[in-house]
Amino acid sequence: MSHLRRFAIFGGVYNNFLSLEATLAEARALGCEAIYCLGDMGGVGPCPDRVFPLLRESADLFVMQGNYDHSIGHRLEDCACGYTDPRDNYYAQISYDYTLAHTADEHKDWLRDLPTEFRRQWGGARVLMSHGSPRQVNEFLWESMCPDSFLTHLLDEHQADVLFITHTGIPWQRRLPDGRQVINVGAIGRPANNGRTSVDYALVEVEGDEVRVTLRPIDYDHQALAELMRQEGLPEPFVETILTGWWTTCLEVMPARERARGRY
Amino acid sequence: MIDIDFSAQPLPEGPAPELALSHLDTLWLQVTGTLCNLACRHCFISCGPKNESHPFMALDEVRRAVETGAAMGVKEYYFTGGEPFMHPEIREMIALTLEHGPLSVLTNGVLIDEELAAWLADTFERARYNFDVRVSLDGTTARENDAIRGRHTFEKILAGAVRLHRAGLNPVFTVTTCHAELAESAGRQRFFELLAERGITRPRLKFLAPFKIGREERRGGAYAPYERLTEDALDEEARRSLQCSSCRMVTAKGVYPCPILIEEEGARMGDRLEDALAPIRLDHPACYTCFVEGVTCRT
Repeated sequence: MSHLRRFAIFGGVYNNFLSLEATLAEARALGCEAIYCLGDMGGVGPCPDRVFPLLRESADLFVMQGNYDHSIGHRLEDCACGYTDPRDNYYAQISYDYTLAHTADEHKDWLRDLPTEFRRQWGGARVLMSHGSPRQVNEFLWESMCPDSFLTHLLDEHQADVLFITHTGIPWQRRLPDGRQVINVGAIGRPANNGRTSVDYALVEVEGDEVRVTLRPIDYDHQALAELMRQEGLPEPFVETILTGWWTTCLEVMPARERARGRY
Repeated sequence: MIDIDFSAQPLPEGPAPELALSHLDTLWLQVTGTLCNLACRHCFISCGPKNESHPFMALDEVRRAVETGAAMGVKEYYFTGGEPFMHPEIREMIALTLEHGPLSVLTNGVLIDEELAAWLADTFERARYNFDVRVSLDGTTARENDAIRGRHTFEKILAGAVRLHRAGLNPVFTVTTCHAELAESAGRQRFFELLAERGITRPRLKFLAPFKIGREERRGGAYAPYERLTEDALDEEARRSLQCSSCRMVTAKGVYPCPILIEEEGARMGDRLEDALAPIRLDHPACYTCFVEGVTCRT
């Protein structure tokens, strides 16, 4: 019988230290030999500095820089989302200003210097992990916007058989006609605009040459998170998302198809 | 008011920059050529009911371009014209393209009746990839819009868009900022208010700067001699952000670098997509608008 190896991959922490704790606990309980974080520590949640003790200096954890981490790490003025919708811009700025103001300098410096991709060999597969896409940190790879032939091009161009990405906040996975795989691991920081309060990460099981990827929901104490968000004075639409599972802001970048599945 | 004498600007020196195609991400198709049911005063390719400079594309031409693009790994497709819904085979074209990837159709909305709205919404619902309809609207009042797009178009455009929305497809409104104040935050807010009054409470909006060519040249004036790009204007990031580093436009007359330049002498790159992958020279003043305004034609 061949040896089974397990890995966990997640992204989009968005200051949600409670879902981060829950994800790490499940991954470790399942015997994952390594856990990968694909970036974007900051965002809509409360108390940014509470995620860093969980992420830093754990031998089993590998953390990558996302576009939000780049902005916070370099102390930029905004997250550079560039929304047209004044409402989206308003809330994006609140979220960014709050995170920038409540992230300690030593953590900002740590974010600034993180790597921007990981490569591994699992079974016979060349595995690549990126934040947005392998070619651009802030490129959105939405399920409805990625033709098979485009993903094939990306995998060819970047010499990978399995690609993991995050950045959009909504998970999906696809096996291409040639057997290669692309997995958007979603986000553990907020629910995936599906009416559920759980968040998602990817569990990878490697057995022989086979790489099996399962998107797994994580339940955490979302009521406690919502309570703390209110105490911190974060906007009520952010709290609503945590409590209902429906996105309320930053919808402009979402393709019509993904957006039509949500409430707003 | 401050008068600026632009004739005193130093003229850019040196050759125009060359821009390589990084990857063909975006394939544009001029499905109805330059034929349009409207003759908007700001149209940069002077489309109208009598402009047959670029004719309709045949269904097979569209199929060939989309299949070639798909083999190259295109990420998204756009249909424009002219007015795409004037084409008798537009539905077949939409259906075949959505087999290969996400599609946006750019329309003036005037021809969207109940039946077409229902078909488009149903197509949106069923397609494997994303499907967007983008409706042009150039003001928040009939007076503002109709001065650009023609008499009585304001209500016709809104009626078409509202039909789409009611059928279940939330269109993207594209505003060309000929009225400069519409580009400002307060101007944008007026669109949100107008559309909310019409029942579109979560509207999707895109604002684009006008290009001073085609009919717009007569309306708003031509480019000044200093409005040109030179090699030293473009760093790596600027090159990456220019849409023409990742797009091409197919018409019935051949392949062009982008949707803006299809009427410009010398812009034609070849007969087939495969012939049009070479670098381009950004020597047209319209290239200056894309660079300065950060224009991307994408949704």
